[in-house]
Amino acid sequence: MDHSGLGPPTPSQPGPPVGLAAPLRPVSRATAGRKRVDAIAKWVIAAVAFSAIAAVVLIFAFVVREALPLFFSPEVREEVTPESMLFAQAWKEGSVPSYSWQPVSVVPKYSLAPLLVGTFKVTLIALLFAVPLAVLAAVYSAEFAPRKVREVLKPAIELLAGVPSVVLGFFALIVLATFLQNVFGFTYRLNGVVAGMALGLAIIPVVYTVSEDALVAVPRSYREAALALGASRARTAWSVVLPAASPGIFAAIVLGFGRAMGETMIVLMASGNAAVLSWNLTSSVRTIPATIAAEMGEVVVGGAHWSVLFFLGALLFAVTLTFNTVGSWYVARVRRKLGGMTE
Amino acid sequence: MDLRYHHLLSIALLLAGCTGRAPGGGAGAGGSSRETVTVKGSDTMILLGQRLAEDFMKAHPELTVQVTGGGSGTGIAALINGTTDIANASRPMKESERLQVQKRRGLQVVQTPVALDGIAIFVHESSPVRELSIPQLKRIYLGEVSNWRELGGPDLPMVLYGRENSSGTYAYFKERVLDEEDFAPEMQTLPGTAAVVNAVSQDRKAIGFGGIAFGRGIRDVAVKADDAAEPVLPTEDNVVSGRYPISRPLFMYTAGEPTGDVKSFIDYALSPVGQQVAAKVGYYPLPRPASATGDDRLDSLPDAGPAPTQDAPAEVHQP
Repeated sequence: MDHSGLGPPTPSQPGPPVGLAAPLRPVSRATAGRKRVDAIAKWVIAAVAFSAIAAVVLIFAFVVREALPLFFSPEVREEVTPESMLFAQAWKEGSVPSYSWQPVSVVPKYSLAPLLVGTFKVTLIALLFAVPLAVLAAVYSAEFAPRKVREVLKPAIELLAGVPSVVLGFFALIVLATFLQNVFGFTYRLNGVVAGMALGLAIIPVVYTVSEDALVAVPRSYREAALALGASRARTAWSVVLPAASPGIFAAIVLGFGRAMGETMIVLMASGNAAVLSWNLTSSVRTIPATIAAEMGEVVVGGAHWSVLFFLGALLFAVTLTFNTVGSWYVARVRRKLGGMTE
Repeated sequence: MDLRYHHLLSIALLLAGCTGRAPGGGAGAGGSSRETVTVKGSDTMILLGQRLAEDFMKAHPELTVQVTGGGSGTGIAALINGTTDIANASRPMKESERLQVQKRRGLQVVQTPVALDGIAIFVHESSPVRELSIPQLKRIYLGEVSNWRELGGPDLPMVLYGRENSSGTYAYFKERVLDEEDFAPEMQTLPGTAAVVNAVSQDRKAIGFGGIAFGRGIRDVAVKADDAAEPVLPTEDNVVSGRYPISRPLFMYTAGEPTGDVKSFIDYALSPVGQQVAAKVGYYPLPRPASATGDDRLDSLPDAGPAPTQDAPAEVHQP
């Protein structure tokens, strides 16, 4: 254990105690100097490393601080409260309670329901589109592809991760929307399906990479045993390897979900941004990140709308952080578990 | 064990260094350096702003004019915060916003109209609907019309396109056509008039609105002030004379009387050369009254916002 002079050396420590203050045994000047430099270096590196965590904590703290007036400020609470955001409100005297998002209005309306449903719909479509593609690509890549093909396929799919999201959004707006309109004849040209598909393109690399890692980490002995029992390669892949890798694939889906929820540019450009509360997948959607991006520019600092947008930001941050943390932890666990088995 | 103290100490130091809110509003009256004139705000006015800036910088090579968009609301918010010299706005400033500027920057807002704009209604080229009245437009954008059939068009569902709520075009349309009622939630909100035009040009069921300057590739609809009035197309004569019912002045707002480089730029925008730029970009120059007195000029502009005689402390910049 190390000491660098803060406090006396502990008696439980075996061996000669090392320290700069009141050493029990004289050490040479040179050694003390080296140890001091060592300790300072460790401090600095630790501080830098922890500054990364501090950045995340500070960002969250700042966002939450701007959202606090929703809970504590009487002027803001006159206009909007967390309860009015969650439950249907009768916006005019005697009218039927409804969920409506119209923050710029004579009577500002801040219902979260259309935004939450919209975000969920678009993320669901993205997963439905991306997960089968990415997981099957991973299965092909891990189980069937010759090594040469795999060496090209893996970087190629990961190249998709390098496409800026605004480019994907633009592609969806100009090309994909028209194509889907011609094929399916949706009422709304910009809708949840268009945005969801483009979002799916954005998360394919994440889901693919993590799934592929999980599949490759399944020990060879599993496959060899299945083949020895007479199963074909396809049967092996489907019935043996995939189930064995399922925790990792689940983690991949969770990471994809986290990424899809927070993606802003694609939905801003391709979803139509209409705050409609409907479970119909082909209607336009307004997601939380797109709302923040579109409305933050106009908002007067410190007002009710400002606090609501920061509240949405904090919500998004908390949810995506949770998903990403759970996903990453799961991936690490899977790697540890399968990596350690040697049978 | 002691290493843990080090970690806690590092985090504590970092957190301690970040206490307090940064002073809001930037510097006092200045806000930006004297050599750069910052112009922020309306996306409707961004073409105009950029063209004026280019020509102005050619005439005055030692000055820089920086023009950005983001919506009228963004520009006004920047004026309140002190991060811009001029706020472009395609709608008049609200009383609450003027008070904010007074509170935050200790200066009165000065409103300078620089051009005229009409909000055109766009439909797809193939649409047979040629004219709509303002009451019809109100019903359409409140979501009460679900099919083009009801307006004499083909049997297609109606799809509405509009602007985001940070836009002055959104605010003006809401005030002028919808009488401050809420837009239908199904309206697709797009980030700029160019995006609206693009969307309408690709969708036979679409109707959209936006600044006239952007209307290419789609059909303009002639607008009637009410069901009995004459339909009026958004042409220059109609807009400048006030016959086109949905037209508005475009403003440049400053905190306090413009001085120095900011004044030169605004004077340039109001000069005959600058007004020609407005015409070239697709807007309409301000009307030139026979006798150029300030009040006449203000009255002849449609929807120019609160008049100077009311309690709102607005002044109109005289060229």
